[in-house]
Amino acid sequence: MNTIFASDRTAVTWPEDQSVCRVPYGVFTDRAVYDLEQERIFRGENWSFVGLEAEVANAGDFKSTYIGETPVILMRDEEGGLNVVVNSCAHRGALVCREQRGNVANLECVYHQWAYNLKGDLLGVPFRRGLAGNGGMPKSFDMKEHGLHKLRVDAVGGLVFATFSERTAPLLDYLGPMAIDAINRICNRPITVLGDQRQYVRGNWKLYAENTRDPYHASLLHLFHTTFGLYRSSQTGVCHMDAARRHSLLTASQGTDDGKTGDYKDTRTFNADFKLQDPSVLAGRKEFADGVTLVILAVFPNLVLQQIANTLAVRQIVTKGPGAFELVWTQFGYADDDAQMQGIRLKQGNLIGPAGLISMEDGEAVEIVHNGVIREQDRASYIGMGGGKAEDADHLVTEGSIAGFWEYYRQTMTV
Amino acid sequence: MLNVEKLSALELQYHVEKLQAGYVECIDDNRLEEWPDYFVDDAVYKVIPRENADRNLPVAAIFCDSKGMLVDRIVSLRKANIYAAHFYRHIISNVNVKAVDRGVVSVQSNYVVLQTRTDGTTEIYNAGKYLDKIVATEGGLKFKEKLAIFDTYQIQSLMVTPI
Repeated sequence: MNTIFASDRTAVTWPEDQSVCRVPYGVFTDRAVYDLEQERIFRGENWSFVGLEAEVANAGDFKSTYIGETPVILMRDEEGGLNVVVNSCAHRGALVCREQRGNVANLECVYHQWAYNLKGDLLGVPFRRGLAGNGGMPKSFDMKEHGLHKLRVDAVGGLVFATFSERTAPLLDYLGPMAIDAINRICNRPITVLGDQRQYVRGNWKLYAENTRDPYHASLLHLFHTTFGLYRSSQTGVCHMDAARRHSLLTASQGTDDGKTGDYKDTRTFNADFKLQDPSVLAGRKEFADGVTLVILAVFPNLVLQQIANTLAVRQIVTKGPGAFELVWTQFGYADDDAQMQGIRLKQGNLIGPAGLISMEDGEAVEIVHNGVIREQDRASYIGMGGGKAEDADHLVTEGSIAGFWEYYRQTMTV
Repeated sequence: MLNVEKLSALELQYHVEKLQAGYVECIDDNRLEEWPDYFVDDAVYKVIPRENADRNLPVAAIFCDSKGMLVDRIVSLRKANIYAAHFYRHIISNVNVKAVDRGVVSVQSNYVVLQTRTDGTTEIYNAGKYLDKIVATEGGLKFKEKLAIFDTYQIQSLMVTPI
């Protein structure tokens, strides 16, 4: 057994046997590991997703969000630039922005009314020169040195990312061609935000990172299609990674139904006796020439971009301590959608989100793992489907992308 | 068949509250197979996060526009979906009949759903308001439209049981 990460800060150890991917359960529950993740992943050399450009379309628009557990503000300035700052006053640290969204001319901390422009520069400090000769800031006080903590910001296809580190590779290099192509495929023209859903999951955020890199569970945990006899055994798919193996792209194409169900006779439910009373929930339009009906792009550390049939959404992971995270689903369509197309996206929305007929189980899956391993710190998971190596697969019977996630996780955490 | 236009305000209040009481009882008592029968065939049922309603954004957690979709939700809940076992307890208050227009009764009310898990703990799961449109049918009053706009827009774990 060798100790991982900073041995003085955490006792979690990684199994020596790495013939397949083995992950010590302590990484899901250990507070010291979580604190180190905030420092080295979320505030380290990675780009985190913070929102869609369409959410801050106009000058003065802002959105409060989080990178890991750090509160940040995404805002658009008068020149159209995107800015991300830590939501914490340069004076005594208070939240500068206490609303989720809105439009403002500048930011003002309510505590002592320190005001900042939309780039995060300090504009004004009340009683800076004192009042009637009393008080005031020292002569050495330089407004330029007391702006909000600004992060590096960049965007691809209308998806906005930010990083705390000057050393993080440029966003395009960080994402790599696979993720960029997948983003540009979906974000190929202006989008319209259709709404948000928030799901609070009582489990570690990395269990969801695993879940979204795991095609193995799809037809086994999510039984909606199987139950209603909708499963196409001719469905084909791939599970690929970027060069650094931190991002995962899972795609599938619906084949034609050849009636074969034998491969699933051992699963808990296969009962084609049930028929949907109203199959309109599945009615859709083919809108991508490649015929791909499912895209799950997991971008390290906190983003999932999805296309499931005609539903398009980003899911942002917001960590809430080692034992919980919030998953923010933002569903969108295209600005040029006609009314019928928007109706299709909204109705298919029944499939996704916290009440999604084919996605709700993911919250449950994360929680039962978290609850199962809570004191099993010395045990490790066995991630071996498809060989247990961080390798691409042109099929869906693999856990290769999960192995890739952990490989990169160990690198980025060890520094 | 009731003629809602002819009822006194007091009588209408009684019938509306009786309908809502039956509705939440069938959910809370886990008689979910009866739940779709509280709706007409072309009913609209949506469970909408308040943060979307406040911005006039259309995304709903549950978005049904037929009784058939409601039946499918329950079959899926019973046969397909995986979730932690739980009970609901609905508390309804402030039942306010807002209008009666061409046989359609518009009602706004407040609700709280308490959720109890198998470990015996109860939490406030979902609080919000119902916006109902109710019509009379041969089978009694039914919902033509039921919107549950929920303040608790951060859903705990998942939502499988209707509100």
